[in-house]
Amino acid sequence: MQKWNEIEVEEAKKLNEIKYDFVTNVKPAYQVQKGLSRSVVEEMSKEKKEPDWMRNIRLKALEIFLSKPVPTWGPDLSELNFDDLTYYIKPEDRKANNWDEVPKEIKDTFDKLGVPEMEKKYLAGSVAQLQSEGVYSRLRKQWEDKGVVFMDMDSALQRYPDIVKEHFGRVVPPSDNKFAALNTAVWSGGSFLYIPSGVQLDLPVQAYFRMNGALEGQFERTLIIAEPGASVHYIEGCTAPTYSQYSLHAAIVEVYVKKAAKVRYTSVQNWSDNIINGPTKRSWIEERGRMEWVQGSLGSKITMTYPSSILRGEYASTSNLNVALAVGPVWKDNGAKVIHAAPNTSSKVVAKSISGKGGMSVYRGQLRINPGAYNSKASVQCDALILDDISKSNTYPHNEILEESASFSHEASVGKISEDQVDYLMSRGIREEDARSLIVLGFLDDVLKEIPLEYSIEFNKLVKLEMSKYGAVG
Amino acid sequence: MVANVLSIKDLHVSVGDKEILKGVTITVKSGEIHALMGPNGTGKSTLAHTVVGSLRYKVKSGELLINDINLKDLQVYERARAGLFVAFQEPVSVQGLRFINYLRTAYSSLHPDEKLEYKKFIEEVKELLNYFGLDNSFIDRGLNEGLSGGEKKRMEALQMLILKPKFIILDEIDSGLDIDALRVVSKAIAKAKENGAGIIIITHYQRILDYIKPDFVHVLINGRIAESGNGELAKLIEERGYEYYRGGEVDAKVE
Repeated sequence: MQKWNEIEVEEAKKLNEIKYDFVTNVKPAYQVQKGLSRSVVEEMSKEKKEPDWMRNIRLKALEIFLSKPVPTWGPDLSELNFDDLTYYIKPEDRKANNWDEVPKEIKDTFDKLGVPEMEKKYLAGSVAQLQSEGVYSRLRKQWEDKGVVFMDMDSALQRYPDIVKEHFGRVVPPSDNKFAALNTAVWSGGSFLYIPSGVQLDLPVQAYFRMNGALEGQFERTLIIAEPGASVHYIEGCTAPTYSQYSLHAAIVEVYVKKAAKVRYTSVQNWSDNIINGPTKRSWIEERGRMEWVQGSLGSKITMTYPSSILRGEYASTSNLNVALAVGPVWKDNGAKVIHAAPNTSSKVVAKSISGKGGMSVYRGQLRINPGAYNSKASVQCDALILDDISKSNTYPHNEILEESASFSHEASVGKISEDQVDYLMSRGIREEDARSLIVLGFLDDVLKEIPLEYSIEFNKLVKLEMSKYGAVG
Repeated sequence: MVANVLSIKDLHVSVGDKEILKGVTITVKSGEIHALMGPNGTGKSTLAHTVVGSLRYKVKSGELLINDINLKDLQVYERARAGLFVAFQEPVSVQGLRFINYLRTAYSSLHPDEKLEYKKFIEEVKELLNYFGLDNSFIDRGLNEGLSGGEKKRMEALQMLILKPKFIILDEIDSGLDIDALRVVSKAIAKAKENGAGIIIITHYQRILDYIKPDFVHVLINGRIAESGNGELAKLIEERGYEYYRGGEVDAKVE
């Protein structure tokens, strides 16, 4: 192994500092006690001045949460202590639509995250979440005129209670899984995006999430509604500062894709390495609607995410592109779930994973074509790249093709970087760790090219950073 | 033109327990073309792999220098940065690694002091693709991914020109090329020579030497240079065949 390049180390450190090593010093205005009980949920709901029906949903979800065991079919979650988490923190009792009104410390944090620059370039609106609530939300004038609503979920509940009530918890009911029940009981923040019939947004809508402060849970609730003929690209990006203890993230994302509407949901996550991340993301897709999930998952200690598409109307379609990087003591349990519940529906799943330095990457997928979903088409492709002998990759596809006229294909591959490839690139002057990065990025290319440019540049940097760590020790 | 020298002196190389090169000496100067000829399995490709720095090929003794830089002390990528370019007989492919991204990374690695103008660089690459009869789509294709043997060879020749090395070793660049491709690749080699590169063409056949005239020809038999001469030697080899060198007379002469 050749000598570790010092400039790269410096760059890596810098990037690391920018990414993680800052914790904004904002005094929480209000914070509920640690642990979870009926009174905690009631207090939170009261503090938020929620309608009774929402409080009742929360309390019912709490019962479900308490009755469900911690899942044991995947990664080891035994270290998770639900009594030791704080379930609600509000950074300041204010929200701002205008950048000037955002508190300075929070601004500094977002400066480091690059939010304003990104907005200047191509963002049309932004809800950024610090701790548990949106502190900055804005929507461009022309969209407001078209009736588009983009705000944090708590505000949406106050301002559009009927729309929220009609859609909340239908795609992801609290009974779905333990994390979904938890989220429904204690959700706070997240984004609400409503696109009226026929409105097509050509610029992506973006939300930034980050967690701040050790041991908090963060339970965003995102609801996206694309009315018939509408189209939107929603981007979610996550970074988190470094913690000393585990922190739980369990979001819920519900997406309604109505008749002939189109939604693309891009999520690039870069959790610090002590985060347990278990979001539940699901969409309902009606006739001729299209749902696209694009997911890039870096970092975290444990990630369990399986974006789901339920194809409910004829000619509905979905794609699910997923990249997961499990380098280090990381368990990435990623996958996709597709249910073909109508004729002529189609789906495509592409999952790519990389494991290194003892990392574990799992593809866990479910694909079902119901009887009567005539002529539906589905394909699943999962490719794994394993960087060394101590890392692992597993694939658990679960396919139920119950309709005879449907067509289905499943391809899986597991590979290693060949030394001949590394040699060849090195023979053209490229250092070994750079050669390995190039090979890894090449492996990911067909998914990375679907990610918006700024994110893919960032993703590139982060992959290189991961690979350079790799080269330093390996 | 700066005069550079690639010196291969009394090189002994083993793969595993087997000695393949048993004392090879070749000196190449800027602007010279050397042809290294010989039958299969005689150590021609071993020479290319050894110079490039593949770990499987162990140098037992002898010297490998570019000017006064000792290549033996250098890793593969450092040898490339010292000015060496080897076009491989069977270049590997890397799925999804776009050719232009790879090439740009390679160029910046090899010429760190130059500020690369990306637009100009792409134009240059396109021009060369056109020159080699390849269309622009090759820019965004995965490195050597799904390319035919002949296309891979042309892409290697393209890189040889764009990366501006001081010394070039072409390992059987002529195999699998049709006459048209052979002609254009030969022209590219002539161009590299004009640019001041010193070149070793490794080949089994005399065919490519109809298109590109070598200044020197060496015949490699059983890990040793059996005979060296000027360009005329290639013609002689074709007439006599390699069998000629297996006779006791020549072996005795070399011993």
